[in-house]
Amino acid sequence: MSHLAAGKTAGAKEAAGLRYPSNGKTIYHRPLNRTKTAELSQSSFAYLFSEMVTYAQRRVTGIQELEKRLNLQGHPIGLKLLDLLLIREPARSQTRPLNIISLLHFIKINIWQHLFGRQADRLEKSSNPDTPDEYMIVDNEPLVNAYVSVPREMSQLNCAAFVAGIIEGVCDGAAFPARVTAHSVGGKEEGEMWPGKTVFLVKFQPEVLEREALIGRA
Amino acid sequence: MSYYFAVIGTQDNPLFEYEFGTSKQGGDGQLRFSDQVRHLNQFVLHSSLDIVEEIQWTNGQLYLKAMDKFFNSYISCFITGGNVKFLLLHQPPGANSSNVIGGVGGIAATTTRSTSIGANPTSPQTEEAVKNFFTEVYDNYVKAIMSPFYKANMEIKSPVFRSRVAAAGRKYL
Repeated sequence: MSHLAAGKTAGAKEAAGLRYPSNGKTIYHRPLNRTKTAELSQSSFAYLFSEMVTYAQRRVTGIQELEKRLNLQGHPIGLKLLDLLLIREPARSQTRPLNIISLLHFIKINIWQHLFGRQADRLEKSSNPDTPDEYMIVDNEPLVNAYVSVPREMSQLNCAAFVAGIIEGVCDGAAFPARVTAHSVGGKEEGEMWPGKTVFLVKFQPEVLEREALIGRA
Repeated sequence: MSYYFAVIGTQDNPLFEYEFGTSKQGGDGQLRFSDQVRHLNQFVLHSSLDIVEEIQWTNGQLYLKAMDKFFNSYISCFITGGNVKFLLLHQPPGANSSNVIGGVGGIAATTTRSTSIGANPTSPQTEEAVKNFFTEVYDNYVKAIMSPFYKANMEIKSPVFRSRVAAAGRKYL
């Protein structure tokens, strides 16, 4: 908060240290909507993603730590996607998610549509009465796992932990702090339709449920 | 008529601030806050965060309109999806000589009092103008956070962003 002292000269001083691209265009000159329908090649993504997994795998001691690192790579993406997708909504339906259900719907529909070109397959609430804070987003065939084959000794690993990180970023950004983990549930029996089926387990912090109850009452 | 605009992060930390005067109704865009009031403004603005946190869960809109008032200062709020708040403090002209500490040199503004946007902070015209200002800033804010080097709750230092906010202020307020 130095503006009182610095006054109006601050802007000019900061500009001196900043380098602009040669065409003079900064990120502020680019439209936010342009890439709405553009798609990326899946093979180049798979190549990049394999590098990301390799990078995360360096100097880790276990699968949990590796998943944590993948999660951390996704987290900032989620934080930013939240605002980007909100501003791309038509002005009339630009609303912040106020409860868990609308937040999860936003993830299932908007986030998935943007990232993978389709909606998530299912949304479930934990049926266990001991864990009312747990919700599940089901994806039958996660795009990030398309070309990932997990070695037998690492069978617990699910590289969709990266996507779990994105979801966690969205939840944290919208002020619904949560822990999100990815679990493989398919492939247990022969001839199953979705061997790569993945469940994203969203576990909200207790204060979220507390607030939800308060809002619901009002 | 002068404005104090601030972007407040999720940890109630200021990310960006900007002060400007009105450019409507023949205003020269110059600031009319005295130094004392400028310090007070920061305090008033941040104290309204409590009210924002109360009403943000009752209304899913991004723009929460003028939601707090301290003597003659009105505070409008806009809240982003990522829970970052845009706060704009505005003071209707003319009335600020009597009850605001320090007294502000806003006498020249009395002639335009009844017609300028700022004259009545809760009128639909003012609300619309402030909304347009916020929407334009939001656009630029999202561009700022799209930078891969921007982490959540980092101060926004870009001079381009600052000039964009200034332009939005000139255009609408």
